[in-house]
Amino acid sequence: MIVWTVVLVGVAGGLGAAARFSLDTLITRYSKRVPIPIGTMIINVTGSFFLGVVTGLATAGLLTPELRLIAGTGFLAAYTTFSTASTQTADLFRARKGVAAVVNGLVMLVAAVAAAAIGLWLGSGGAG
Amino acid sequence: MSEAKYIPLVALGGALGTLARYGLSTVIPNAGALPVNVVVINLSGALLLGWLLEALKLGGPDTGSRKAARLGLGTGLLGGYTTYSMFVVDETGLIDTGNFVGSLVYALPTVALGVLAALLGAATARALHRARMTGDSS
Repeated sequence: MIVWTVVLVGVAGGLGAAARFSLDTLITRYSKRVPIPIGTMIINVTGSFFLGVVTGLATAGLLTPELRLIAGTGFLAAYTTFSTASTQTADLFRARKGVAAVVNGLVMLVAAVAAAAIGLWLGSGGAG
Repeated sequence: MSEAKYIPLVALGGALGTLARYGLSTVIPNAGALPVNVVVINLSGALLLGWLLEALKLGGPDTGSRKAARLGLGTGLLGGYTTYSMFVVDETGLIDTGNFVGSLVYALPTVALGVLAALLGAATARALHRARMTGDSS
């Protein structure tokens, strides 16, 4: 039981990373004129929203601990990424695009926290 | 799309990175209310990705085995090892407090440290590359 949960967390993580890569490749192709890497931003904000929903559902007892682990720690955690967000912001700084770098880091954080808060609220029943 | 053939490689890296994160997160203890484990994982991942991408760039064009390493180890392994959503949901104290502004203030240093870690990783790759170049020519 526990072994299978761990295996499924790994499989879900692989699917999450593959989903991130596919979506980012697609977004990057259609956003060449955008001065910040919005693929990672869209991925991290949507992933934070859905992890908020999953966490809210689990807190409300509507999701088993195993499903929370597979969907949250597995898929959604691997779908989003902190390392790529960090290197992309660092690249903007190194290219002397300081404003774009700060906007990238700040907007992503504010939008992701807001999205997670809305997701948590919805997942836990919307009644607070 | 020409990138589609790399999807299995990214998925494999992502699965391994996820298991490494899950394993580490159960080993690293949290200091009270402060979720240290996700911070440690994210900052170490940002450092390693900064190093990896710079080392690959210094090694030559983004083709063949270098591109496979960038996507498998970078996008897959380190991308899946680190997590933005868990950082946002766990680290911000959002669940405990519901304090939106407070949670942003709490999370901001982690974002800044992540960028610094990525820069440090890239600088390390450049220093190692220089050392190797000087070693070769002497």
